[in-house]
Amino acid sequence: MPDTLPLAIDTALILERLALIAIVVLSLLGIALYTTFAERKVAGVMQDRLGPNRAGPFGLLQPLADGVKLFFKEEVIPLSANKWLFILGPCLAMFTALISGAVIPWGGELELFGRRIPLTIANPDIGILYVFAVVSLGVFGIMVGGWSSNNKFSLLAAIRGASQLISYELAMGLSLIALLLVTGTMNLGEIVTQQMQGRWGGFLGWNVFVQPIGFLIFIVCVFAECNRTPFDLPEAENELNMGYHQEYSSLKLGFFLFAEYINMIVSSAVMATLFFGGYDIPFVDEASLAQSWGLNTVTVLGTLMLLAKIVFFLFLFMWVRWTIPRFRYDQLMDLGWKKLIPLALVNMLVTGALSLALRG
Amino acid sequence: MQTLTDRAKVLEHKPLNFMERLYLPEILKGMAITFRHIFKKKVTVQYPEQKRPFSPVFRGLHVLNRDEEGRERCTACGLCAVACPAEAITMEAAERKKGEEHLYREEKYAARYEINMLRCIFCGLCEEACPKDAIYLTETFAPSNYTRKGFIYGKPDLLIPDPVRQPEDFQRAKGLIEERKEKAAKA
Repeated sequence: MPDTLPLAIDTALILERLALIAIVVLSLLGIALYTTFAERKVAGVMQDRLGPNRAGPFGLLQPLADGVKLFFKEEVIPLSANKWLFILGPCLAMFTALISGAVIPWGGELELFGRRIPLTIANPDIGILYVFAVVSLGVFGIMVGGWSSNNKFSLLAAIRGASQLISYELAMGLSLIALLLVTGTMNLGEIVTQQMQGRWGGFLGWNVFVQPIGFLIFIVCVFAECNRTPFDLPEAENELNMGYHQEYSSLKLGFFLFAEYINMIVSSAVMATLFFGGYDIPFVDEASLAQSWGLNTVTVLGTLMLLAKIVFFLFLFMWVRWTIPRFRYDQLMDLGWKKLIPLALVNMLVTGALSLALRG
Repeated sequence: MQTLTDRAKVLEHKPLNFMERLYLPEILKGMAITFRHIFKKKVTVQYPEQKRPFSPVFRGLHVLNRDEEGRERCTACGLCAVACPAEAITMEAAERKKGEEHLYREEKYAARYEINMLRCIFCGLCEEACPKDAIYLTETFAPSNYTRKGFIYGKPDLLIPDPVRQPEDFQRAKGLIEERKEKAAKA
């Protein structure tokens, strides 16, 4: 087990962690910035349009222009809104989105200044539980924001968002239990290391081949937790008029929209870590490659691999969004409670029985 | 059921079969369709750089014409104002004085000629009514202004550039008219 917390906490460790936190947070923000751009571009090309291409070469400055626009918009706080909660809502959404990136193993180990630095901010033994807890906290941003706006549509959206998240968290947790039965650990770093060693070689060691149904349930639930189409009911434009962020303007609106994209990135990272081998490079034995190419090169390559997987999942999010329409609310509840949870339960039981049989 | 045309497509409302009720295969089919659209030809016309060609009968903003020597053709007869169904045109006539022969083609001219672009419906009846070839509808369109008064176009806004004093501007403006006539002849 990679032990990341030595007994004596020295200055270098604190510095190294702070630097890592800064890099992760900044790159999360940066990627989220360009995810908004990619979303508009993907929407464009899928509808036979071009998408934004005016700001800078190929429209690459578009996210900056959007940010500047939001920044200079008038800040409106409705008279009847609860002011503190109104401000707290977007802050909570942003905060929970950012701290969920803390336990993701972003790569192997770097060797710098004679120290081996694991590219994880924290690697607790209960990594998955932490992700779960933080994702559940994320709904408070929506709830607090929607409720404090003192607006019927926002309130409805907040209630919808809360019940949707609770419903799909169950199925998600159940599908994860099946995965944990296979891995035998909740430590994210260890899950990745297991997948790197591989059962059948190549990329076949990835958990997606062991738990295909679990992955299917998990990805559907991730779509629901991120409030993405076809589960974007909390911000259903045509029924709820933008939903929980209807009364928000300026940067507070930007925070809400941004938090959604950061959640998407972190969810993609979690999916890649749990089911697609994390920073594992397929068909490559990292340990032997590290001896010929050096540890740092392999680690950087692994991190790039993880990024590529994240980008793939982000594209999948957008691809689905611009393909299928939204579920009706009763259909959403029906799918969550009557289809996904029974399926996850059966999957869990079968996995448990099989792993018992194979072990004994 | 009797259909109105022989091209009517009969929709079947069968209950979903098992594969369809699984959602995912159907969703994958849909995703295949959207993925194919990524590589399709884009329909966007990038407006200020690319423009769609106008139809030969396009009717845009008006222009008051001059003859080859740069003299205004309009004689303020008022036929355009009479023809105008939106009552957008007003004018005041004046008599040509001695020494103004290089400015106005005939003895009478329009001292004031105004078209209210907010009233105008761009029907082109003024163009048809004019006996002197003095008013034409061009392919310029979508005027913008900050005030309603700004939309009342006077003679400085409407007159085509003088071929003697501003030959380049005139050629540009004239080109549009000629093109238009050719198109109309073809159509």
